[in-house]
Amino acid sequence: MTTMPDALPATRAQVPTPRPNLARRAGFVRDVIHIAGRSLRQARREPETLFPPIFVPVFFFAIFIGSLESIFGQAGIDEFRAFQLPVSIVIAVTGVTRAPSVVTDIMNGYFDRLLLSPVNRVALLLGMMVADLAIVAALTVPVLIMGALVGVQFTTGVLGMLAFVGVALAWSLAYVGILYAVALRTANPTVTAQTFLLFFPFVFLSTTIVPREEMTGWMDAVAGVNPLTYVYGALRSLITEGWSVTPLLHGFIAIVVVGVLAHTLAHLALRGRVSRARR
Amino acid sequence: MDPRTAVSPPPGGGLVAPAITASGLRRRFGSRWAVDGVDLCVPTGEIYGFLGPNGAGKSTTVRMLCALLTPSGGSATVAGHDVASDPVGVHLAIGAALQATAIDDKQTGLEHLELQGRLYGLRGPEIRRRIAELENLIELGDAVKRPAGTYSGGMKRRLDLALALIHNPGVLFLDEPTTGLDPVSRFALWDEVRRLNRESGTTVFLTTQYLEEADELAERVGIISDGKLVAEDTPDALKRRIGADMVVAHVDGDAESAAVGLRALPEVEGVDVVGSEITARVGDGPTAVTPVAVALANAGVPVQSLTLRRPTLDDVFLSVTGQRLAGDQAHAELATAGGAPR
Repeated sequence: MTTMPDALPATRAQVPTPRPNLARRAGFVRDVIHIAGRSLRQARREPETLFPPIFVPVFFFAIFIGSLESIFGQAGIDEFRAFQLPVSIVIAVTGVTRAPSVVTDIMNGYFDRLLLSPVNRVALLLGMMVADLAIVAALTVPVLIMGALVGVQFTTGVLGMLAFVGVALAWSLAYVGILYAVALRTANPTVTAQTFLLFFPFVFLSTTIVPREEMTGWMDAVAGVNPLTYVYGALRSLITEGWSVTPLLHGFIAIVVVGVLAHTLAHLALRGRVSRARR
Repeated sequence: MDPRTAVSPPPGGGLVAPAITASGLRRRFGSRWAVDGVDLCVPTGEIYGFLGPNGAGKSTTVRMLCALLTPSGGSATVAGHDVASDPVGVHLAIGAALQATAIDDKQTGLEHLELQGRLYGLRGPEIRRRIAELENLIELGDAVKRPAGTYSGGMKRRLDLALALIHNPGVLFLDEPTTGLDPVSRFALWDEVRRLNRESGTTVFLTTQYLEEADELAERVGIISDGKLVAEDTPDALKRRIGADMVVAHVDGDAESAAVGLRALPEVEGVDVVGSEITARVGDGPTAVTPVAVALANAGVPVQSLTLRRPTLDDVFLSVTGQRLAGDQAHAELATAGGAPR
């Protein structure tokens, strides 16, 4: 039973004149910039998290070239290095994200601090993704240098190389939605860390190692529905084919499909997290 | 409604609108009602203490009032904004330091303050001015440029409070702000809360499980137990309700049977028994202490100690809930640190 006090003081006679509350909404763009800035500062203080996305693409590139180039040469594929460079850039940019820091924020209460502020909820997510994109853009540089060192040349020139980076960044941005969805949905560091396993079916059930023409049966069928196959197709076309509309269009559609699905999941997870906090 | 006008008194002072209201506020988790029909009315400029043990519903109430948690029933407004339908209005009007110190270990203190200011729409000069104004509270010195992961618990608490104040909110929620603090930091924070309230007219809604904290800081205290507000008034009025004096006896043996004789005494207004402790609420202690001692002797129960003292909020809590609040470790820490109950 609730005991009400005898008299509730609805008003109070004397209070000091309050100093003005300075709070106002910063605006969507500013919110995005401020959240992105914080994420970039975090990344700068955790340089060890950038080691794998620099090392792993170089490692795979070296392994694939060293062990498979002569075999593919005998099979008539004489531009295996150009064939493999897109694999390296996809490995470099996929799954590089500050999503695990969201889990930390939720666990240590800082996420509540952000939710208590008038920051736009969508800007909260988008700001972190913008930071991811900036980091990923920097990670493409070593891959491009590596490609140049082993003699890979873009038939589309410098503009094609920029488009190559653009496609990789768009793929990265699309894919990262999955990781934010998992981080926000579970708030579990172990589950979020294991999300990198999702990348394996994407990579190895596609044209990472061999082109579709060399595939048979179920592998060809699976690669045919794997969006990464078409992302590879767009990236490879920029190196070896020139400005070819069809592979670029297919790559664009694949990225949009993954992006729409992943970001829908991420925003649903964000909405769920906010309302779960409120539910 | 503009939150600034909602909390501002009319020119020249006078009557002002309540900063916080709640009517039948309820919140259920599964089958359990964590908060069960709480009514509140906190006037602008008041320090309101929300006192209760762990799990009583204090933090759940605060999260609802901060528009972080949707009520299962009832309604509440903060600075004139409905917590359910206008959460952004509430967020703009309030500052809050919740139970968990919400600090990102990777950011420096300065980065925390700057980001917090930016998220509240403050520009560079405003942020720098506010940081300078909050310097005495923050007291981090050069450490303000170090990552917060290197801070002590007290430093993090002070930074957390400064973050809650960066935009100069009219209503401040402090959810157990001194838990885990050493006595010096605790008393410093009390001073800061008083100063804020005195100089800026900030309304403070303070939850605590420390009786002394409520007694020292709060103009009015609400006692919550099992999700229900069981008593509410000024600390002195609450104490007066249970009698002018307390005669406390610690006995060996059956305290309940010893209490039977006390209840029959005309000088005794009420008796509570917790373990081996018998607390008799009396109107006039010096007059009542002898009859109480005689009654205990007649009951044949050995008396270890007999003490006459003024009522505390813990006695109030005991009288309305049948349990002592002050048995926890936190209270013991505070008591030994010198924050003795009034």
